[in-house]
Amino acid sequence: MRRFGPARWNVAIVALTIAAVTASVGCKKKAVDPFPASGAVAGWEKTGDTRVFDAKDLWRYIDGDAEQYLKAGVVSTSTSDYKYQGTLEALVDVYTMGDSAGARKILETGQTSDAKNVQVGDAGIAYEQSVIFRKGPYLVRIVAYEATPDTQQALIALAHGVEAKL
Amino acid sequence: MKSRREFLKEAVTGAVLAGSAAAADKLALAGVVVQHAATGKSRVVIARDASLHGAGAQLDEQRVLNLLDKAMAAYTGLDKPVEAWKSVIPAKILAGGVIGLKVNGLGGRGISTHAALTLAVAERLQQAGVRAGNILVWERDARSLNACGMTVNTDPSHVRCYGNDVGGYEDEQVSWGSARIRLAKILTRECAMVINLPILKDHEMAGVTFSMKNMYGVVDRPYELHGNNCNPAVADVNCIPAVREKVWFTIGDAITSVYDGGPGFRPERLWYPNALVVGEDRVALDQTAWQMIERKRAEAGMPTLEAVGRAPKYIATAADATHRLGTNDPQRIRLVEV
Repeated sequence: MRRFGPARWNVAIVALTIAAVTASVGCKKKAVDPFPASGAVAGWEKTGDTRVFDAKDLWRYIDGDAEQYLKAGVVSTSTSDYKYQGTLEALVDVYTMGDSAGARKILETGQTSDAKNVQVGDAGIAYEQSVIFRKGPYLVRIVAYEATPDTQQALIALAHGVEAKL
Repeated sequence: MKSRREFLKEAVTGAVLAGSAAAADKLALAGVVVQHAATGKSRVVIARDASLHGAGAQLDEQRVLNLLDKAMAAYTGLDKPVEAWKSVIPAKILAGGVIGLKVNGLGGRGISTHAALTLAVAERLQQAGVRAGNILVWERDARSLNACGMTVNTDPSHVRCYGNDVGGYEDEQVSWGSARIRLAKILTRECAMVINLPILKDHEMAGVTFSMKNMYGVVDRPYELHGNNCNPAVADVNCIPAVREKVWFTIGDAITSVYDGGPGFRPERLWYPNALVVGEDRVALDQTAWQMIERKRAEAGMPTLEAVGRAPKYIATAADATHRLGTNDPQRIRLVEV
């Protein structure tokens, strides 16, 4: 019979410690699901799967746009398609930055004089077909593929739905 | 020894172009290039139709086809669309070569090469004698193709459509200047020639993306080529023989564009030039595209790309004595607007 000596106990203890630490870190990093389910925001349906891109793979999603997010410390990006009242199609991108400063940098860099300030998250702006806001380390961009009289209000409502899940 | 095509192209641009004689012979054509050689300038056609978008901003597909015909007629001097296409595509390729249509879907829906244009080109090619299965609509991957309104199809009895995610990349790396890349097999093995169908956009890194920048979609790691405003990488990639020799005709989509915040979809910076930009000289095409973006930015009260540190310097690099891809000299570009 093989003896289970002190050296093996040490190995077992180290392994258990690593497992415990990994589990703990894993819990802390549990990904937020920022995407409202269909019907959670009136009129909005989630029409696509959520796709997630780590920083190193962000180029696969936005290639030439990726650089500004990388410089601002993006950690990951998740995206999903939505539809409003069965017709208006939109896209929600959620950029998880390393900290709130990164989210602020992106929001302020892209802001132009025709932006309308909106009360979403820590700060937000809206255009006719898009809403962009930040909350903590998150930068959220929602764009619609069509401009209708209802588009902006519908996007702001969806933005609030996303904000509530962050 | 210079090939016939090289000789003719040199007459067009006034530049001495490099390239393999074998590949150039394969592409040898006369009619249209000879006509242009008579002017000694690179011809770029901008064809416009202000009514391209119908009610509800929907694109009128018939008008897109008509606009394509108008652009081709202005470019070739031939009013009949089939004759115009036959004058541009070499007979050997019409008879049996695969023609790639390199679209651009990187920006996502709303700012990608329009399916109406891609399908219009495919339709005219078939009418000119190209078998449907010898037309291959192509981009980086299925997602990018979907953004262009296309769906993957590998059935050779129809126009084919798939990306590098299906076709794969060569194992062997090729290099030219700063570019060390692996090329898409669709370019190296499938296509006898490629018609470039980029979409006009502002670009966060390059300044402008249009004809030459669209070739980032034929390499395996484009993200490594964005340093220093993509200069000289864009020019270098276009100097790689397979790119230089197979991709020599561009029908640029300037139906919809973004004049700032690109290359992604930015509805707040969307703009409808309602135009196609056609030509063979990729440098002259990009020089023209740059000026279109600058005019729109000025109209919108925005600073020039130079002022914001994003002038597309790769265009001048592409025209320099090392690259010799074409001309960026306005005096040597014959701009035809119809």
